[in-house]
Amino acid sequence: MRFEQAISEFDPVLGLEVHVELNTETKMFCGCSTTFGAAPNTQVCPVCLALPGSLPVVNGTAVESAIRIGLALNCAIAPRSRFARKNYFYPDMPKNYQISQYDEPIAVNGYLDVDVDGDTYRIGIERAHMEEDTGKSLHMGGATGRIHGADYSLVDYNRAGIPLIEIVTKPIEGTGEKAPEVARAYVAALRDILRSLGVSDVRMEQGSLRCDANVSLRPDPQGPFGTRTETKNVNSLRSVERAVRHEIERQADVLAAGGTIVQETRHWHEDTGKTTPGRTKEEAEDYRYFPEPDLAPVAASEQWVEQLRATLPEPPAQRRARLQQHWGFTDLEMRDVVNAQALELIEQTIEAGASAAGAKKWWLGELARRSNDSGVALPDLPIDAVGVARIEALVAEGTLNDKMARQVIDGILAGEGSADEVVAARGLALVSDDTALLVAVDEAIAGNPDVAQKVRDGKVAAVGALVGAVMKSTRGQADAGRVRELLVARLTGE
Amino acid sequence: MPAISRDEVAHLARLARLDLSDDELSHYAEQLDVILTAVTRVGEVAAQDVEPMSHPVMLDNVFRADVLQPGLTAEEALSAAPAVEDSRFRVPRILDEE
Amino acid sequence: MSFSYTNAVDLAAGIAAGDFSAREVATSFLDRIAETDDQLNAFLAVDVSGALATADAIDAARARGEALGPLAGVPVAVKDVLTTKGLPTTCGSKMLEGWIPAYDATVTANLRNAGAVIIGKTNMDEFAMGSSTENSAFGPTRNPWDAGRIPGGSSGGSAVAVAARQAPLSIGTDTGGSIRQPAAMTGVVGVKPTYGGVSCYGLVALASSLDQAGPFATTVADAAMLHAVMAGHDPRDSTSIDAPVPPVVQAAANPDVKGMRIGVVKQLTGEGFQREVREHFQESLDALADAGAEIVEVSCPHFEYALAAYYLILPSEASSNLAKFDAMRYGLRVGDDGDRSVEQVMALTREAGFGPEVKRRIMLGTYALSSGYYDAYYGQAQKVRTLIANDFAAAFSQADVLATPTAPTTAFPLGEKVDDPLSMYLQDIATIPANLAGIPGMSVPVGLDDQGLPIGLQFMAPAMADDRLYVAGGALEAAIGWEARP
Repeated sequence: MRFEQAISEFDPVLGLEVHVELNTETKMFCGCSTTFGAAPNTQVCPVCLALPGSLPVVNGTAVESAIRIGLALNCAIAPRSRFARKNYFYPDMPKNYQISQYDEPIAVNGYLDVDVDGDTYRIGIERAHMEEDTGKSLHMGGATGRIHGADYSLVDYNRAGIPLIEIVTKPIEGTGEKAPEVARAYVAALRDILRSLGVSDVRMEQGSLRCDANVSLRPDPQGPFGTRTETKNVNSLRSVERAVRHEIERQADVLAAGGTIVQETRHWHEDTGKTTPGRTKEEAEDYRYFPEPDLAPVAASEQWVEQLRATLPEPPAQRRARLQQHWGFTDLEMRDVVNAQALELIEQTIEAGASAAGAKKWWLGELARRSNDSGVALPDLPIDAVGVARIEALVAEGTLNDKMARQVIDGILAGEGSADEVVAARGLALVSDDTALLVAVDEAIAGNPDVAQKVRDGKVAAVGALVGAVMKSTRGQADAGRVRELLVARLTGE
Repeated sequence: MPAISRDEVAHLARLARLDLSDDELSHYAEQLDVILTAVTRVGEVAAQDVEPMSHPVMLDNVFRADVLQPGLTAEEALSAAPAVEDSRFRVPRILDEE
Repeated sequence: MSFSYTNAVDLAAGIAAGDFSAREVATSFLDRIAETDDQLNAFLAVDVSGALATADAIDAARARGEALGPLAGVPVAVKDVLTTKGLPTTCGSKMLEGWIPAYDATVTANLRNAGAVIIGKTNMDEFAMGSSTENSAFGPTRNPWDAGRIPGGSSGGSAVAVAARQAPLSIGTDTGGSIRQPAAMTGVVGVKPTYGGVSCYGLVALASSLDQAGPFATTVADAAMLHAVMAGHDPRDSTSIDAPVPPVVQAAANPDVKGMRIGVVKQLTGEGFQREVREHFQESLDALADAGAEIVEVSCPHFEYALAAYYLILPSEASSNLAKFDAMRYGLRVGDDGDRSVEQVMALTREAGFGPEVKRRIMLGTYALSSGYYDAYYGQAQKVRTLIANDFAAAFSQADVLATPTAPTTAFPLGEKVDDPLSMYLQDIATIPANLAGIPGMSVPVGLDDQGLPIGLQFMAPAMADDRLYVAGGALEAAIGWEARP
């Protein structure tokens, strides 16, 4: 069924579970490194390998990150919270239980506002809790490298025990046809907040931010919720939107044909854009949660929570609104700025002395083009806000024209040094000394007597040819405006 | 509450990853029933207003600084493994994703 | 020269003074093990070369005039549930046969730092589940007082090692009585310290909220010396108490009970206890009263639910703790024919690697934690635990220490209770409450029954008041003047 038709017949209800890996130095319960991409089984110890006798100890920084996340999502921080064991056997989980939180999570009952096409949706946050990541398996043999059909698997426990925060929304209702976009916008907004907090790399492609999407449909928007499915491990913003859209269409097909939705987990396939069934509720594990006896509870005193609250950055949406007003950008311009990841860069460039318009011009113009051409993200280009502000200043004071400024950018990107060093090394300053210019002006007049006469006769527009001659003789290093003034003055006495 | 069936015992065995024999299933069904009947006594205590005690020590906020500690080398980590390939733990085929 | 009947305090002093060498001492005990252990089966591993090397290092350090640790040169046997770097650690299970840990338990490291000579690893009920040491995958340990009888458990190997003078000191672990009950059965002193007083890092967990390692010795003063070395805060154990170790050595050296209030727990006397056990208990109280103690009766009404709560909490935690034995990273792997799934191989391995009692408790714990049963079983058991802790708090407002018989009976014949779990579980009726509340307890030998089998008396004290056990135990030891020699 097409999406539009599905939405006309059914009302979707969403629930999103996001797992975010914290960027602490060490794992949740041991002192092993969390660096991504290390050689297999080199970031492990008795604790994260679950060797007999080892015991977990909580990473205090991870707890602080969890509290800060909870506060940034407008949650209440539990004065007392506990770890619990979630028991199930799986080879990438060394203890065969995951240390998580169950009935006493660290943060509860918050919200996050997200904008879609000018409308604001308030997404309720049920809870945010602390847990640990699992190891990673490679599936060997078989045709596809996938789990099904594999002959055996190879497990690397480097990731086992990396701190995770799981953030669970309340049921998201009333989004209608915007459900897929709202889902995407929520994950994007959450990612921005987590990035601004500095608690995670939030790289979906590396798995440091992962989303499970619950979707259900009901015929009556006022009626009870339908049976939901949980699509696991949707790992890009685009996929979040696609997976929700697909699942709405798929469920609508089933329901329209008189079928019933099975409560189950489903797997998202990026290549086909479809989900396939996983485990049903009947097959679901009984996790046998109980309080983790190896760990003491977390008691977040009001004083501690307020100390952490004081470290929160301005919420990204609020900050964007403030900067937009301050800079005088239109909505469209601001969206371009955000999409190009240029917000911080422009802000810093302005702090370094540039005008808002000037900073935007360089970052969204010339530098955005270089970023596109090279495939290097704007913030990763080897030029910083101070350099761009200096270029803009040199242009504003007349030392450089735009063409020369682009050459300075070339030099900086090529590693030739600061803006001033490139200007000096490449001899790029405009000739601004009138005496030197007047020599060139007089040469041009002498060399083009016909044109000069036309100007004298009042055809001032003809001066352009003389300006061109001066620019040519100064190899472009003159301010064209000043040259024109000098020529007109010489020829008309004005 | 007890009177635990053989099927329930089989379900528990599956949850606990124990490949019990038929004889064991019957035997444990019988013994678990006896034990559970005895321990069900805890339910006789009026304890609605009593806080559960998960731990004998009243500590809280026991944290570690976020500082790297030396761990094991891959060789040490893998030294006791039943099967190893390519610096990873080799395990039999996994039937389902978690 | 034999040092079998020299106590640990004197061994340490003699080695420090140069009266004899650490090597002589180690050799004496190694010889004793060689002579006796074929029959007793107290040891799963004897580290002859390691023990002699450590002893030689101690002797060399002394010769260089270096300061020696408090246990320098004293042999200690360690229950095979504590990891020992480079020495096998099996937990009495086929599941871990051949596993050699790459790291020491904190207790093991504390022993090494104190100069102790780790002489070997002792037999135990598999994963510390049992009260008779019959549940070892490597055969039962026998009681030196009667080789046809059990030595108690689960730390039966450590108890026997000291009782049979195969080592002057040993270490056990106690989850529901696994130090105190075998101490009583074999006529030695055994102490379960305050929960959190001794680090659990490197102790292969049975029930994490109950487990505690502690000393076995032939005298109260010897036990205190070992206790002081084992104990202390450990940042690797989140449940470790960050406070000074109670002054147990000083307490054992000055065991004066004058004015001490000793509470007799009403619910742990009477019919359920063997006649001679009751008689010796009463005689001991009389002796303590003669020494100046005040005997009072206290009531702990919820103790009658302790056993039920314990046999829900322990299997629940154990079922989860033992999940890590899955044939993936270490230990046994069974049935991996290249075709079976990981789930099948895990189940086949666990079926083959665990003994009947371990499987029984895993099943019980899995049941108690299952959805639908949690509140009635595990949740309710935790509430009972609170009530038992409250009972103790009330009792300790009336008494400085509590006294009970350690076990209801003396050692029973091998095989008698192997397939009667409830009857076996009753062995721990008097010792379990201390584990549930996290308080310390000590068993002191007080005499023999009509068949010549040892009887123990248990003292319990408030948390972190372990020193009171040594005052009461030392006083009782002095008052009855009885030294057990099988």
